[in-house]
Amino acid sequence: MPKDSGIGASSKRREDVRFLTGTGNYTDDINLNGQAYVHFLRSDVAHGRLTSVDTSAAEAMPGVLRVFTGADFAQVGGLPCGWQVTDRHGQPMQEPAHPVLAQDKVRHVGDPIAAVVAETREQARDAAEAIVPEIEDLPAVVDMKAALEEGAPKVHDDLDSNLCYDWGFVEENRDAVAEAIETAAHVTRLELVNNRLVANAMEPRVAVGDYSRATGESTLYTTSQNPHVIRLLMGAFVLGIPEHKLRVVSPDVGGGFGSKIFHYAEEAFCTFAAKALNRPVKWTATRAEAFLSDAQGRDHVTTIELALDADNNFTAIRTETHANMGAYLSTFAPSVPTWLHGTLMAGNYRTPLIYVNVKAVFTNTVPVDAYRGAGRPEATYQLERVIDKAARELGVDPIALRRQNFVTEFPYETPVAVAYDTGDYNATMDKLEEIADFDGFAARRAESEAKGLLRGRGVNCYIEACGIAPSNLVGQLGARAGLYESATVRVNATGGITVMTGSHSHGQGHETSFAQVVADMIGIDADMVEIEHGDTANTPMGMGTYGSRSIAVGGSAMVRAAEKVIAKAKKIAAHLMEASEDDIELKDGQFSVAGTDKSVAWGDVTLAAYVPHNYPLDEIEPGLEETAFYDPANFTYPAGAYACEVEVDPETGKVTIDRFAATDDFGNVINPMIVSGQVHGGLAQGIGQALLENTVYDESGQLLSASYMDYAMPRADDMPFFAVDHSCQTPCTHNPLGVKGCGEAGAIGSPPTVVNAVVDALQRGGHDVTHIDMPLTPARVWQAMQG
Amino acid sequence: MYAFDFERPTTIDAAVKALQSEEAQALGGGQTLIPTLKQRLAMPATLVSLTAIKEMQGICEDDQGRLCIGGATTHAQVAREAAGRYPALADLAANVGDPAVRNRGTIGGSLANNDPSACYPAAALASGATIVTNDREIAADDYFQGMFTTALEEGEIIIEVRFPVPQAAAYAKFEQPASRFALVGAFVARFDDGVRVAITGASEEGVFRWSVAEDALTADFSAGALEGLRLSGEGMISDLHGSGDYRAHLAGVMTRRAAAAGG
Amino acid sequence: MPQVSMTVNGKPASGEVEGRTLLVEFLRENLGLTGTHVGCDTSQCGACVVHVDGQDVKACTMFAAEAEGAEVTTIEGLAEADGTLHPLQQAFQDHHGLQCGFCTPGMVMTGVALLDRNPTPSEAEIRDYLEGNICRCTGYHNIVKAIMAASGQDVSKIAAE
Repeated sequence: MPKDSGIGASSKRREDVRFLTGTGNYTDDINLNGQAYVHFLRSDVAHGRLTSVDTSAAEAMPGVLRVFTGADFAQVGGLPCGWQVTDRHGQPMQEPAHPVLAQDKVRHVGDPIAAVVAETREQARDAAEAIVPEIEDLPAVVDMKAALEEGAPKVHDDLDSNLCYDWGFVEENRDAVAEAIETAAHVTRLELVNNRLVANAMEPRVAVGDYSRATGESTLYTTSQNPHVIRLLMGAFVLGIPEHKLRVVSPDVGGGFGSKIFHYAEEAFCTFAAKALNRPVKWTATRAEAFLSDAQGRDHVTTIELALDADNNFTAIRTETHANMGAYLSTFAPSVPTWLHGTLMAGNYRTPLIYVNVKAVFTNTVPVDAYRGAGRPEATYQLERVIDKAARELGVDPIALRRQNFVTEFPYETPVAVAYDTGDYNATMDKLEEIADFDGFAARRAESEAKGLLRGRGVNCYIEACGIAPSNLVGQLGARAGLYESATVRVNATGGITVMTGSHSHGQGHETSFAQVVADMIGIDADMVEIEHGDTANTPMGMGTYGSRSIAVGGSAMVRAAEKVIAKAKKIAAHLMEASEDDIELKDGQFSVAGTDKSVAWGDVTLAAYVPHNYPLDEIEPGLEETAFYDPANFTYPAGAYACEVEVDPETGKVTIDRFAATDDFGNVINPMIVSGQVHGGLAQGIGQALLENTVYDESGQLLSASYMDYAMPRADDMPFFAVDHSCQTPCTHNPLGVKGCGEAGAIGSPPTVVNAVVDALQRGGHDVTHIDMPLTPARVWQAMQG
Repeated sequence: MYAFDFERPTTIDAAVKALQSEEAQALGGGQTLIPTLKQRLAMPATLVSLTAIKEMQGICEDDQGRLCIGGATTHAQVAREAAGRYPALADLAANVGDPAVRNRGTIGGSLANNDPSACYPAAALASGATIVTNDREIAADDYFQGMFTTALEEGEIIIEVRFPVPQAAAYAKFEQPASRFALVGAFVARFDDGVRVAITGASEEGVFRWSVAEDALTADFSAGALEGLRLSGEGMISDLHGSGDYRAHLAGVMTRRAAAAGG
Repeated sequence: MPQVSMTVNGKPASGEVEGRTLLVEFLRENLGLTGTHVGCDTSQCGACVVHVDGQDVKACTMFAAEAEGAEVTTIEGLAEADGTLHPLQQAFQDHHGLQCGFCTPGMVMTGVALLDRNPTPSEAEIRDYLEGNICRCTGYHNIVKAIMAASGQDVSKIAAE
């Protein structure tokens, strides 16, 4: 096997040449003949009763083809929610309708009211300004706790309240946990906010709808992480188009981070309008629209209590969270603060009793859904912050306290319903102490002091559940979809291979790393393997890319399909060499008969499969193409330990990340270069959350951080070089590659690291600060130092 | 953007004439105006670009030793060409926006817009610069009249800005983390007859002179001279990036740092 | 509508534009050069950076009419005619300086402009020069490393994996 292109090789990415030369094919680069443009008129108030929409002036404007309002969608389905959570009392969550265009009310700034389709983008926008919506202003609910008060304005009139659900997990443990906390030797309590974020993939969302009267087929080109999911949701639940008449294409997609998982109104609109007008209809979001229409992330307000016995063993954890859903339920929103959050509350530690309570709340804000990490960063943040606080209260070393409570024996059944198959948390911590140069801290701190700066160090661990997900398990938990993945391995006559995968790459480099896997299995050069994804017309039904699932689930499907291909190829080889199938070995692209010098090359076998002149047609079909669907037996559990050193300017409160080290156990690694890149990006997003990014609404529901002028995106000069290591590898025990997934780790593990470091710096500097809510902006840090 | 007619005159006279038409607006480098137009917050009938007027570009020195910068001179050019004669000004220009913005944005555009968080107003006010328009000369002390408000009349354009060069000067900027505009910036300039201190980013009234700090620094040009001096948070901008009190505090810190750097 | 003419990637290009047509719209829509991207509307993300008369500028914050007579270079004009990548393009691939690729054209054009002015920039100088270019994928680590490597500096000490 060529060492430079198989599993474990840092192969250069084949995607890069097109991206580096400006020849990528992003959705906004697609322009169809006769294309018209849509502009959405969006609500500029957070809450109001929509009494009428006068479109007459707009319809008379130059270039206008048609103006659509909610009335056009009255007979069309709403945007569906893909996950139903059952509350503490066994009742289903409250699930409001989510119309494509507002029907009777507007519920957040940015809620689409009407849509103008015109010959040009500017004409559509000009005409949208001429639409006159009559909106009777209603008081907005923005704060979650206020939204739950008696008599609060209701976001949805037909629901009982603004409470989506009140979830308890594990409900049976509620009393036992309460008792354990009451009787504990020590309890550390912390109230904190997990700040609302905007994913801000650099490519804004785009949708192009097309329709053929000749075939009755609709096509949607869209910036999606999972085109099949969009096809299913939009076809079956919104527009009533059967899958064989609906094609969804996600070409090159410029980042997603979760925000491009969900099915959005604009996708349904463009598909619907293309048919109504018999013209392609295109929508390209501006960044301003993205801030008002992309599902946002996080936004939890939490109180956590950690109970310890007299020997500092963790005995119980209780956490109560208010989780903001925004104005509607986005596709997977209900699952994020529950099953992706509560199940991770054990972290890397043995804590026998855990109770998680989550109240999900509707507010007049943009819907909230999964964003890189999705629930797991929220779990990790509160747990690792409270452990750090406990260590300070008890006067023990925060690393020692963690090590003392680590899970060390696997498999480990947590009290929150998941079973960690494998891991070695002491190994990643040992490695961290080495690569983060703990020994040099004192000297660096002295240097900082000499400059008048406060230096601190933060350390923490994380665990995540990835490889989402076992379908039968998530089905029990309320998922309305299976979460398997698919792949077709098509071997061509001359030996080259095309793999069609249901996974989707929007920056992760699947075209490179997936090819490495198949090439490695056969022993051919990776250049002989091509990866296709993103088009429902030529890929098997797949569930897409999110939750660090692509290599663990999609990669496993590909392995299963390749195994089938190899099994069939061995039969063909056995026939060609007149040997028993059981004696055939495949190595370095050669089939040989064990114990003999007989061999045939990969290409001889593939040619025979397609030119079956000398071929056992009575035993084997011609051709060499296999499909597999893989449904994982368990989640995977990547884990790691992170360390960060910060300098705080006591005069201004400005925090500078001086060093950051990350050790991750991802199990086996296919392409170390790509894996490191994934960690780097996750770290930057987590550091962004910790120091810079915040989504702020005022009391009336206006978004104050509505552009890059006020939403602080991490820049190059906010980041240091990172030290990352993934040499600690405990392979996953239940998937064929032994992989765990790496996409979200950095964003999960880094926020508490940074906050722990800043608190450490301030305390070493003599400031009695135990917590600051993220983002730790200069103003907040300075304010905290004022006491 | 709303539709508008676009003109790109090559002389000041032609630009002034073009700006006399109804709802005409001048376009400098456009680094603020174009984003504003995209949001449809401005609706000019005619946009008159000043970028092709050679006589408004470049830097020279007049017979009073003042540094004279053409109104259409980019930040990048100021950063390069003022470095020898007025390093603090060049340093300020080198940190406005980002490199691509500096290659388009102009000193005249910045001063005409008078964003309360812009850097150039601090330099002009602290230097006691003269704003030369197609019509008259305006002292900086009279020019800045509050947030986004200046002494410019409609259709009046900044031809040149004349900066007396101080004996010592420095600009200290604390960046707003998102926009990278000044959350607070302090420009300190020491002349024969005293020190001038201008603060940008902080006040709801836009750039202002901090006279107490000027007196202290005139008496003793050192960071230590400012010890104990405080501005009030009242009247300071308070937003999601910082309270008025925080900005008032930062103004003190930045002024001290500028005094230390210029000393 | 007014006519605008310029040289783009060494070839003459002209077309009819409105006053409000941005340079990036002219490049993408009139000329079909879709490598230059639009990622924001406040002139901050830098996905649209191109070179106009040798200067790196944001093509979303400049009108097409202002590029009249100018020499414009876009990402499509950087590699050699035979496909050989520009050294900085090659360095981005060698050091994994891109993931989703959307910010990449602007990053590369900005990086080339930096190296034109400062052939061996320090890490701090690179980070500072990238202030107007936002990347959401890479954490900038490998972008900075790629620019250092393209300038001939030894990057072997910077963690590779």
